[in-house]
Parts: sequence; C-alpha cells; structure tokens
Amino acid sequence: MAGLYDLSLADTRAALIKGEVSPTELAEAYIKAVEAARPLNAFITETPEIALDMAKASEARLGRGEGGPMEGIPIGVKDLFCTKGVLSTAGSHILDGFVPTYESTVTAKLFGAGAVMLGKCNMDELAMGSANMTSYYGPVENPWRPVGAASNKKLVPGGSSGGSAAAVAAHAALAATGTDTGGSIRQPAAFAGIVGLKPTYGRCSRWGIVAFASSLDQAGPMTRTVRDAAIMLGAMAGHDPKDSTSVDRPVPDYEAALRGDLRNLKIGVPKEYRVDGMPAEIDALWRQGAEWLRTAGAQVVDISLPHTKYALPTYYIVAPAEASSNLARYDGVRYGLRVEGATLQEMYENTRAEGFGAEVRRRIMIGTYVLSAGYYDAYYLKAQKVRSRIAEDFHKAWESVDAILTPTAPSAAFAQGEKMDDPIAMYLNDVFTVPASLAGLPAISVPAGLSKDGLPLGLHLIGRPFDEETVLHVGQVLEAAANFSARPAFLAG
Amino acid sequence: MPIDKATVAKIARLARIRVPEAEQERLAGELSNILGWVEQLSEVDTADVRPMSSVVETVLPMRPDAVTDGGCRDDITANAPAPAHGFFTVPKVVE
Repeated sequence: MAGLYDLSLADTRAALIKGEVSPTELAEAYIKAVEAARPLNAFITETPEIALDMAKASEARLGRGEGGPMEGIPIGVKDLFCTKGVLSTAGSHILDGFVPTYESTVTAKLFGAGAVMLGKCNMDELAMGSANMTSYYGPVENPWRPVGAASNKKLVPGGSSGGSAAAVAAHAALAATGTDTGGSIRQPAAFAGIVGLKPTYGRCSRWGIVAFASSLDQAGPMTRTVRDAAIMLGAMAGHDPKDSTSVDRPVPDYEAALRGDLRNLKIGVPKEYRVDGMPAEIDALWRQGAEWLRTAGAQVVDISLPHTKYALPTYYIVAPAEASSNLARYDGVRYGLRVEGATLQEMYENTRAEGFGAEVRRRIMIGTYVLSAGYYDAYYLKAQKVRSRIAEDFHKAWESVDAILTPTAPSAAFAQGEKMDDPIAMYLNDVFTVPASLAGLPAISVPAGLSKDGLPLGLHLIGRPFDEETVLHVGQVLEAAANFSARPAFLAG
Repeated sequence: MPIDKATVAKIARLARIRVPEAEQERLAGELSNILGWVEQLSEVDTADVRPMSSVVETVLPMRPDAVTDGGCRDDITANAPAPAHGFFTVPKVVE
C-alpha cells in the first residue's frame, strides 16, 4: 500500500478495518523500518517474531470483527516496561540479562487492545537524563538534523524516552510508550517533532514499570498526532489493584473530547515561565500559540504561578531521594548484574559501582545524602513543603483558567555531547515540564514550529487533574493551527 | 554546605556504591554544586505548609488480608545471577 508509513495511527487503523492493508503486511513493513532505523540506535531489542505472531492474532480478531482500539498497530515499548519473556534493561548495565516473568499492566492493556510490539526502545539509564546520552546501550540519535552549515551534526532526541521519540519521528513505529517523571515524554516529543502526553499521576498503572521516583513516574503515549495520543491513552489508562496509587475512576472516550472550537475555554499564560535568556524564537512561538488559541475562540489571560522557579531544585531533591530508595533493590542477589566481592558488603558495592552509570550514581548519592540523618529536615522535608506550594499555585490557577500554555523546552534539540559536563545545565531542559510533574497534572507537548536551524519546537499544555480531555482538545486545536508538516532528515519508512 | 571527601566516602558507603578514593574529590565538587543550587529553596516561606508526599488525594485502598499470589518460586528465582536449589545466594556472612 503506497504511503503506508505516512499514515497516522488513526488512519492506519481505518485502513486495517477496511482491509486495505493486513496486520501482517503492516507488521512486515514496520519490521523493515525498524531495521532501516538501526543507525539511530532507537531500539535496544528488536522483536520481529513477536510482532509477526501478534499481527497474525490481530488478523484473526479483525476477521471476526472483534478488533480492539489498537488492533494491529505496531508500537515501540520503552525499555522501562517489563515485558514477559523479552529482555527489559531500563538502559542500564545493572539489569543485565533481565527477562521478566510477568507483563507490565500498561503493556498488557495495550496488547489486549490489539497493539503489536516491534521492540524495546532505548532510553536514558533508569530514566535519568534529558538527552538519551546515559544509556548503557549507547546514545540515540535524533532523526532531525539542523539545516545549513551544521547539517552533519548529530543531535540528541531528548530524554529519557529518546528511543521512543526517535522511532516514532523516523516512522520506525506508529506510536510508542514513554514514561515521564520530570519531562521524559514531553521534552523528547518536542525535540523530535511528535506529540507526547503525560497523564495525571494515577491515571495509568505503574505496575511492572521499573521505578525511578514513585510519586512522579507516569506512563503515557508518544504519537504522531493528538488524535493518536487520545486513542493510545484510552488503551493505556485505567484502574489497577496492583498499583495502590492507580485511581479508580472511569476512562473517558478521549477521542470524543476532540471537538475543535474553544469557545467558553480560558487559557492561562504564566508570566514566570518567561525565563531569563529564553531564546527569542521560543518566546515568539509561545505568543503565536496564544494567538492561535484566541483565534479558535478561547479567552487567553495572564496568570501567575509564583513558585515556578523553585520547581527544578525541589525536583532534584525529591526525585533523587525516591530514586536512592527505589534503586536499593539492585543488590546483585535477585536479578541482573552481580560483581563478586570477598564479603556481602563488597559484593553490593562492586555490583552497584559497575552496574550504575555516572548520572545514576550521582543521583543515588544526592538522594542518600538528603535522606540521611541530620539532613532530612533541611533538604527532603523542605522540598516536600515547597512541592505543596507549587501544587497550590496550580490549584489557585484552576479557579480562573481551564488549561495553561507554555513552551515545552527552553531550546530545540542540541548536539550529542553538549551539556554533558554540567549536570545543572542538563537539568534545565526540564524547567517547563517539571512543575506539572510535581503537581501530578496532565500535560501534552504538540509540535508547533521550527527553530531558525529547522528543528522542531513544541508547545506545552497543562490541565486540571484527570482532565486529559481538555488537554487533548486544546492540543488538537494547536496542532491544527500550527499545521506542522516538516519531516526529519532521516526517515526509516 | 560544601561536601568534602570524607562525606562522599560516607554517602558512598550508605548507598553501597564503591567510589575509589581517586574519584572522591571530583564527586565532592559535583555534589556540592548541586546541593548549592538547591539551597535556594530556603528563600521559600514554608511555615504552616504540610509536606507533600502524594499528589493523589485519596486514602490507600484496603483489601481482605488473604493470600492472592504465590506458588511461583521458579519465576522468582529465574533472573537471579547465582541461584542454587531454588534459593538466592550471597557470599558467606557467618564465619
């Protein structure tokens, strides 16, 4: 079928239902694309046999008229999700050879809805990074290249869900799962020119997802269009008794929320996000985004979120503290890597020194320090209190607006190797995404324009708790107005 | 407060991560930078603010106290790096 790779998830689904393409033909085409995309290093493990088996089962279900909402759709799965019988590494040496004997709830739901797994996507080690440079399996390359003189420069796809973003952008998957702790879905989506949605904390089950910071981690869809994100979120979301923080409330029909027209909606533009040194092109795109929403009938108002500047430092206490506790499980005893030592203590220390990369070790040590006796109140408790302040800011904003518009990231994708010697410069990538994470709010990044170097830039919408519908609704209006049609330099299909 | 080499060694031991002495100085600098940067939180007035440990405003769910899973020993030890006779193993801890 001509133009197969250019179809969105929604259009591919329609073609499958009409019989214009079969799930097996589609899976074969995308398996080829995954192979062609190898120079990007977007996949840690390719699973072509599984894809073909799943496609065959899809074919039977479609034949009986029993197709699910994702029936026959080939997807990439971030390697943070445990997949039964398939190597799951979290991009870390510490999980060497780990083949789960169970399936994560979110992937089980996606497969139950008919999705076909192409492979496991590369990512920053244990989801810690904003450039996909920390993976034990090597960096991922962004399929986009700058235009002009710097066109031979390899760019980062963002992180931590960088392999997922690169695969979807390069047409090596129709969609992919991501996870977002401080921006790990939205920032790579912006860098790769795709849509990325972080749902409300509690919307998707965390069961079977390798834990980073448990009060922040949330799974979400990474897709080519807002409609695709709505379809995929519907298949991922829902209550799970195995995750005590998963919320028991019905999953709405997210596609039905895409109604166009924004009359009666109020959109807030927070002045604190206009940070020092913000590139003019990001500021201009942000203003343009507000104008697009106004044209669609929304009322756009200035708002204040006074504690915004404290979100990043709060995050870099809370997240490492939770990580140091979660990552205590990697002890060389129950799974993954073991490096022997003369004593038990030495075996632990050797295993963890060799198994974790530099950024992970740094964050575990920060976390251990801020939780240690004598420092707990000064750092950890203080950060938890500031986190309350940040959440209150949003709570007040919801009294006057229905959604908040900001840029997704303070820059377009940067070159591999940049910002590597300065952790704080790297952390600043998430300056616009971290506040919504701390408050547990749903947020989407939508590709909205190109930088002067011809690289994608995203706009970011934050919504009320469990109001993914408004986020998607407004997101689709932005998407339609921006009419983002640029394609990356490298396409696998 | 800047972190010194001795503190790095102490944290490394608490975190069960071997940090060779040659790396302690560099790590002390990196951690001091990060902690210096988060120090700005002291500007925020947090008197009478409750610390936030969860963003979900619900009570934790309860279920009957019953066995709901089990009988899968081989699954549990399947990924162990050095299993023996259905057990995990560790270096000898008793002389």
